[in-house]
Amino acid sequence: MNSNNLRADLAVIAGLIHTGERVLDLGCGDGELLRYLLDTRQVVGRGIELSEAGVLACMRRGLSVRQGNLHEGLGDYPQGSFDTVILSQTLPFLNDLTFIFREMLRVGKRAIVSFPNWGHWRCRLELLWSGRAPLAHDLPQPWYTAPRARLLTIRDFERFCEQNCIQISSQVFLKGEQMIKTHRDRSWRATTAIYELKP
Amino acid sequence: MHRTDLLEIDERQYITFAEGVPMPLDSGEELGPIQLAYETYGQLNAEKSNAILISHALSGDAHASSCQSQTNENPGWWDDCIGPGRAFDTDKYFVICSNVLGGCRGSTGPSSINPRTNKPYGLSFPVVTIADMVRAQRHLIDYLGIEKLLAIAGGSMGGMQVLQWAVSYPERVNSALPIATTARHSPMLIAFSEVGRQAIYADPNWNGGDYYDGPRPNAGLAVARMVGHITYLSETSMHQKFGRRLRKRERFGYDFDTDFEIESYLRYRGNKFTERFDANSYLYVTKAMDYFDISNGHGDLVTAFAKSVDITYLVVSFTSDWLYPTYHSKELVGVLTAVGADVSYCNVQSTWGHDAFLLEVETMTSMISNFLDRVVKEKGIRL
Repeated sequence: MNSNNLRADLAVIAGLIHTGERVLDLGCGDGELLRYLLDTRQVVGRGIELSEAGVLACMRRGLSVRQGNLHEGLGDYPQGSFDTVILSQTLPFLNDLTFIFREMLRVGKRAIVSFPNWGHWRCRLELLWSGRAPLAHDLPQPWYTAPRARLLTIRDFERFCEQNCIQISSQVFLKGEQMIKTHRDRSWRATTAIYELKP
Repeated sequence: MHRTDLLEIDERQYITFAEGVPMPLDSGEELGPIQLAYETYGQLNAEKSNAILISHALSGDAHASSCQSQTNENPGWWDDCIGPGRAFDTDKYFVICSNVLGGCRGSTGPSSINPRTNKPYGLSFPVVTIADMVRAQRHLIDYLGIEKLLAIAGGSMGGMQVLQWAVSYPERVNSALPIATTARHSPMLIAFSEVGRQAIYADPNWNGGDYYDGPRPNAGLAVARMVGHITYLSETSMHQKFGRRLRKRERFGYDFDTDFEIESYLRYRGNKFTERFDANSYLYVTKAMDYFDISNGHGDLVTAFAKSVDITYLVVSFTSDWLYPTYHSKELVGVLTAVGADVSYCNVQSTWGHDAFLLEVETMTSMISNFLDRVVKEKGIRL
């Protein structure tokens, strides 16, 4: 697979991974990203996935995957046992994020996080004009079909990092498939945010 | 050396070892000579790198698959998973299954003739452990000239042997598949074992284990099996399979004949079991399970697995298995993660209870075949 076939946010994450790293992907889904990283970056990859279907799909892709709930913690993993811990598009579905981020940055030397930005201008206008809860670009399912997601924005997340003394070491913002060059307007122009975090 | 009135099966082969020097046992006693009955399926390749050892559960035996027999009269206990194109694909792999030490299906156990007395051992047979069973299996693997197993797999008590292999002989194992099992037998499991054993002791035919010249303690053994069978099911699976349906009756009999389907099923299973299983073996094998705690002699689980980190693991549990509940497997996965091993884990959704490891064929096939493919690829094993 080449990066052209990979979802834009996954391609950005892949671009941040170095060859031969040890990578833990939290909520790895069907294992698309991990497989890509194994093939193109020769990483040592591990996944954690909640759903049986996801676990079976990962195994079909020849991945090492554990069925588990992130709220049970990453307590079994020794400190610093991964170079990078990835949380891709899973953040809106998690509770107790302070705990989860602390664990991610204990187990990993760094963390990479991506999430849909509900602060995008379309979302803002949708709520203003239609009075209905906005659908994020990356999560277009209506509220009654998708698992319960917590809506957050870029500003929310950056404030969260500040309050929890999490250092943002780099960041990439996407407008759909396109990268946004200037970060000044990120909070209303970006549909997707990707952050590299350090303790 | 073994009683010949037990079933003879054409595919079954035997090895005998510990003839000169007896094999030491965990109890401090020694045993020899030892015979193991085993079967193999598929072809061992020239490099002897494609061998998979399957360990059986309490009531199983060496006949894991009938994929190579001419008739379908005698199905193997894991037919659905062992054969061409199945989870353990005999077109690619060489699959071995042996009857456990202490068993009664061709391997040395309490019903075998003690060469020193020319009588069956009975209770003079030394108590064996899971580690002793694995020690005996290692002789078989040595005999077959296999340096390193591609995989060792088994469910329930078979899973305990898998873990024991990983801890006792980590350098002989590429991958391990402990399924629906535990790292240590729980008090509840010991309790069920003891009920089974008490049923056998209470049968007057048992006669302190000395019954081989007379009637066998079949009533006791059947009750033990009935208790066991209940624990392999789940309440849901009993509802689905039997409900409150009556057996060949329109209404209650108001007597003590068989009213319900579930009663009939348990009686049938209990009686059927006595045709192929020895009561003393039931005592010895359940005792071996009760003693099982992989941390024995190591202090804790993490220390036990500290040298077994190069093995690739696939741990499987089933949601409705209340005998070996999910958290036993999760604890194991946690320990294997903590020592830095590569461990995959799935808690398979199923209503079948503990028996699910024999019944969830589609999911098992997908997981196991993909897992084995990965092990072959990642470890650079030439098939």
